[in-house]
Amino acid sequence: MRILKTLISGAAMAAALVASPAMAQDNVRIALVVKALGIGFFEAANKGAEEAAAELGNVEIIYTGPTDTTAEGQIEVINSLIAQNVDAIAISANDTDALVPALKKAMDRGITVISWDSGVAPEGRQLHLNPSSNPLIGNMIVKLAADHLPEGGDVAVLSATTTSTNQNTWIEEMTKVLPDYPGINVVSTVYGDDLADKSYREATGLMQTYPDLKAIIAPTSVGIVAAAQAVVDAGKVGQVNVTGLGLPSEMAGAIESGASQSFAIWNPIDLGYSAAMLAYELSQNDVTVEPGAEIPMGRMGSLTLDDNNEGAMADPFVYDASNIEEFKSIF
Amino acid sequence: MLRHFLRSREAILTGALFFLLALIALRFPAFVAPRNLAAVFNDTAPLIILALGQMVVILTRCIDLSVAANLALCGMVAALINVAAPDLPVVAIIAMVVILGALLGAFNGILVWKVGIPPIVVTLGTLTIFRGIIFLISDGKWINAHEMTEGFKALPRADILGIPMLSWFAILTIAGFALLISRTALGRSFFAVGGNPHAAVYTGIDVGRTQFAAFVLAGALAGLTGYLWVARYAVAYVDIAGGFELDVIAACVIGGISIAGGIGSVGGAVLGALFLGVIKNALPVVDVSPFWQMAISGAAIIVAVVLNSRSNRPKGRLILRATEVRR
Repeated sequence: MRILKTLISGAAMAAALVASPAMAQDNVRIALVVKALGIGFFEAANKGAEEAAAELGNVEIIYTGPTDTTAEGQIEVINSLIAQNVDAIAISANDTDALVPALKKAMDRGITVISWDSGVAPEGRQLHLNPSSNPLIGNMIVKLAADHLPEGGDVAVLSATTTSTNQNTWIEEMTKVLPDYPGINVVSTVYGDDLADKSYREATGLMQTYPDLKAIIAPTSVGIVAAAQAVVDAGKVGQVNVTGLGLPSEMAGAIESGASQSFAIWNPIDLGYSAAMLAYELSQNDVTVEPGAEIPMGRMGSLTLDDNNEGAMADPFVYDASNIEEFKSIF
Repeated sequence: MLRHFLRSREAILTGALFFLLALIALRFPAFVAPRNLAAVFNDTAPLIILALGQMVVILTRCIDLSVAANLALCGMVAALINVAAPDLPVVAIIAMVVILGALLGAFNGILVWKVGIPPIVVTLGTLTIFRGIIFLISDGKWINAHEMTEGFKALPRADILGIPMLSWFAILTIAGFALLISRTALGRSFFAVGGNPHAAVYTGIDVGRTQFAAFVLAGALAGLTGYLWVARYAVAYVDIAGGFELDVIAACVIGGISIAGGIGSVGGAVLGALFLGVIKNALPVVDVSPFWQMAISGAAIIVAVVLNSRSNRPKGRLILRATEVRR
């Protein structure tokens, strides 16, 4: 009898020992909400977030988003995340303002909300993580074109949709620094709506309207690939340089064909990693979010917030024929 | 005969098309250069092929909203096959995706024919299912230009008699449909089923089976276009041709194919597609604000529908209404 009692209490203690760490802290659930599922860039960001989760140990990443890039789709996703009572939402928004009410509701329920990549209006989030600073990107995209045009020339911009938050900001910043690049003449801005066929048609239209066009700047991953293909099909490789922002794996063909000399992008893996780290800090470590605050984000250093509670992660990185082979298999 | 043609839908559309081209030429003369018009036709080829497939579906009083998703799925499969087996000839890949497209169309068709679900509901469902399957098989990843073989990408661009293969596919499809519609029993039964299903049954036509055939045909063409699309833009991902089903239906509506079924022609569908194609290609060069572009495309559709409903108004009913008033 005594032996049995000892055995039972021993087993109970062992069970308690095993169970206690799991009971003391449930996994922190961070939802990474993207513009749409199935886009290489966001898949890479998820990889980074998973890396942060592995580093933190007790974090579960919920990677989700609508199937098409609409604010309506994201609102549905946010509502379902509120119902699941996640700990934090890190979102790349399809619309600056439309998501605010849904995200406010999330914050009212005690969920940490941050935006990353494409921002939400300040009242709809606690902080915004920019992949890079907008002025740096605006400068970079025109610099990429100018570097290959020592004598200057006509360039045109192929954007995503007319309402894309980040594309519009970058083009605005680009326009501000244009005087630093004498001879570079931006002749037109067209919109490919992030559809391969429309972007292709717009790029073809640009080459027809401006026969002397020297470069097409496409700060969008669908647009830059379609524009490069349009340049190849028009037989204008070497005449028109396609540049802007794209993913190495998607642009490898364009670099190889010569349609694109170089392009830039930040590292989406780092971006997803930083977003997850920041969401964790805010929801678990009671960091105060205020202008000037410095919030740690693991191996990426720390994020310094400006007056709008926004911060920049790092500089965009240039990819060209010398390093494309190395990066095209990464993302 | 000539008088009949001049009053026809096709004549009005041809006139509208020339008027449109003249307007564009005023602002951008290079647009009407023969070489550019050939390029516009080439760019419109996928829309023409899909519009013809959609036409037979609409003729039978059905609608296929899943064409663009079917196209995207077949395109993704074509790209995946090419990556997995680079040595497989492109012709074999085309045959495979045409069969796959036909099977996807048959799935729509079976649900309409045997289960009796309204086509708009069936294809709204399969639209999402197909896009979902693309996501599953591709794992959400893009298939990029450098992963595809040269032969795979080159076929739509290959010149025969100065015309790219992509255009030839459209020309052959138009010719095939002209024969099918005017010379075969199946072609005539599409009209019979849409025009008066009850009468069609009495003449021995199986309504459900004819609708099934229309869905299979539309699916097979979507499969073919899937390959052409992916090879032409040298990229395959989940969202390719997103929203393209609306363009296809718009082309049919502009081309005078009655949504109520039973009325339409091959020429109408082709002209409707060309009309949209010219607008899409012209808007970037005539320097119209992007905010206006969508409104212009939309207005063209509304005008077409208004013209359509006026010309297709059944005359018999008017007489009846007149007698009613007299009483």
